Amino acid sequence: MLSETFTVIHPSGFHARPTKIFVHAATQFNCKVNLIKGSKKVNGKSSLGLLSLGLAKGDEVTLEVDGEREDEALRELGPLLSKIYEE
Amino acid sequence: MSQLLTGIAASPGIAIARAFRYAHNAAGVPERAEVADASAEAGRFRAAVARAKTEIDAIRESTERRLGAAKAEIFEAHLMLLDDPDLVDAVLEQIDNESVNAEYALHEVTGMIVEMLRGMDSEMLRERATDVLDVSGRVMSHLQGRTYAALSGIAEETIIVAQDLTPSDTAQLDLDYVRGFVTEIGSRTSHSAIMARSLELPAIVGAGKSAADVPDGTTIILDATEGRIVVDPSEEELADYRARKEAYDARVAELKRLATEPSVSADGAHVELAANIGGVEDVAKALENGADGVGLFRTEFLYMGRNSLPTEEEQYETYRHVLAKMDGKRVVIRTLDIGGDKELPYLSLPKESNPFLGLRAVRFCLSREDVFRTQLRALLRASTAGKLNIMFPMIAVAGELRQAKAILAEERAKLESEGIPVAADIEVGIMIEIPAAALNADYLAKEVDFFSIGTNDLIQYTMAADRMNDAVSYLYQPYHPSILRLVRMVIRAAEREGKWTGMCGEMAGDLTAIPLLLGLGLGEFSMSASSVLPARELIGRLSKQEWARLADEALQLGTQEEVKQFVEQRSHA
Repeated sequence: MLSETFTVIHPSGFHARPTKIFVHAATQFNCKVNLIKGSKKVNGKSSLGLLSLGLAKGDEVTLEVDGEREDEALRELGPLLSKIYEE
Repeated sequence: MSQLLTGIAASPGIAIARAFRYAHNAAGVPERAEVADASAEAGRFRAAVARAKTEIDAIRESTERRLGAAKAEIFEAHLMLLDDPDLVDAVLEQIDNESVNAEYALHEVTGMIVEMLRGMDSEMLRERATDVLDVSGRVMSHLQGRTYAALSGIAEETIIVAQDLTPSDTAQLDLDYVRGFVTEIGSRTSHSAIMARSLELPAIVGAGKSAADVPDGTTIILDATEGRIVVDPSEEELADYRARKEAYDARVAELKRLATEPSVSADGAHVELAANIGGVEDVAKALENGADGVGLFRTEFLYMGRNSLPTEEEQYETYRHVLAKMDGKRVVIRTLDIGGDKELPYLSLPKESNPFLGLRAVRFCLSREDVFRTQLRALLRASTAGKLNIMFPMIAVAGELRQAKAILAEERAKLESEGIPVAADIEVGIMIEIPAAALNADYLAKEVDFFSIGTNDLIQYTMAADRMNDAVSYLYQPYHPSILRLVRMVIRAAEREGKWTGMCGEMAGDLTAIPLLLGLGLGEFSMSASSVLPARELIGRLSKQEWARLADEALQLGTQEEVKQFVEQRSHA
């Protein structure tokens, strides 16, 4: 299992667009993808799960990947958490 | 008698048309029933989901065709919801575990998700409940053999009145006939409000339950410039609002035209009218308002509202994004201006008894080189994405400028030795907001590419009057001859060295100050985005040559009141 913490910088936080892009990328991997904010842990392949974290600009979120090609998943998915999306 | 309702003006404009009452054929609470064959029931649910997906995909396609890819994107998110384990798998599990009917399981799961979303802190996330209800309602309609409501069949000019409009509703509005809409619930950030603004359709949201009583077919006036709805208006009210609508539409058309015009005075002098921004979120507004560039990017907002310093990577991402969005237009990025009234709790800086005269802005950065270097590296790396200007705030003496420039040069050299590209033509300037710097501008001008006058601080430091203190607020006098003389001194000093001068305080967008500033030779005016078009309109009517003469005359006056009166008389002459 690998994990790393990122800070959200997208101005309006993780709502429709960033969530869609993250979940789409996460579902390309077979490994488990979890996101953790504070004491809450959700499935990173579920847009509802991700939305329920309520990630806002400035929030720290930990990405936890476990299983097949986990290192690649961390490399690819991590930057999506600390990125500014076109709107 | 006419009746007046009020709500939140979500998308500005005025519309007059008949009301069209629109209601989703709501499903009600489905009854719970045991099913004999849970796997057959799961199959029935999967089939309904599949049909809903086909329909949503068709809406996505037609929206993309009619309104563009950006507006169709919401439906990709909707399709994703119908693949979401938290929704679909949860329903399937409940059908399997409880041998319960699909309608009931869907209702239960939807209810839980909606409740979770509505309990969120962020308005933006609470709005996502609408998306879940939209897709779930569509699946439900298939389970129950109903057609999901659609806003079709409108064939006359109409203002839609509804409890709420879902994304599938707004995407299907027939813009040939729909003149605006009113919803009972919602806020400025509701999907329907956002959509109305991008379609430039007048809309009022959150008008409350009383909107439900508007009779179908009644004429209504929708004044979404103020959030007023006049139901069944009198002849006088109709005449009044028709005139207002005409004036409003003409004004909007004029501003729209100005947005793509250059900023040029009546006698042909070009100036730059730029916008002040606090982050990525302000760029769209700057562009919509036709700003010629960004004259001040206040980077301190990147450092605020979080628990640690932003990393180089995070800052790089932000600067690069802004530069790319501005597409080659000048972007003046001010390095961290913290201290004074802006604190960063995580730096735990010592309390100062006089923070506005203390360790703030570039003074702080020079005392915390690590923080400063991180920001400069991020800026230099981002410089290839557009036209970057770097500006140091609160420079008082040349020594500070030299130190800051030396650190910048070191970081540039480091990056270049690492093989990281940096733009060659980055202009470096300083803010003039301390009287000492204004008085010494002829000397400083030799070592910068530009000046930007920060009037808010320049006025408070010149008048020795705290701008937050109401008791001395009468001393905030932007048109006082002492301030104007400092401004002239700075512009002249820059001119002699062939450098340009901008201004990024509130004064730059002030319609009384603009004629004087134009006459004094200011090259760039940076203001809040919403001031750009009125400023462009004004400058188009002014002769720079004439105002050069008038400004010299105004600077001979003794008080702010005299200057103000002088400008007002001459502008209307």
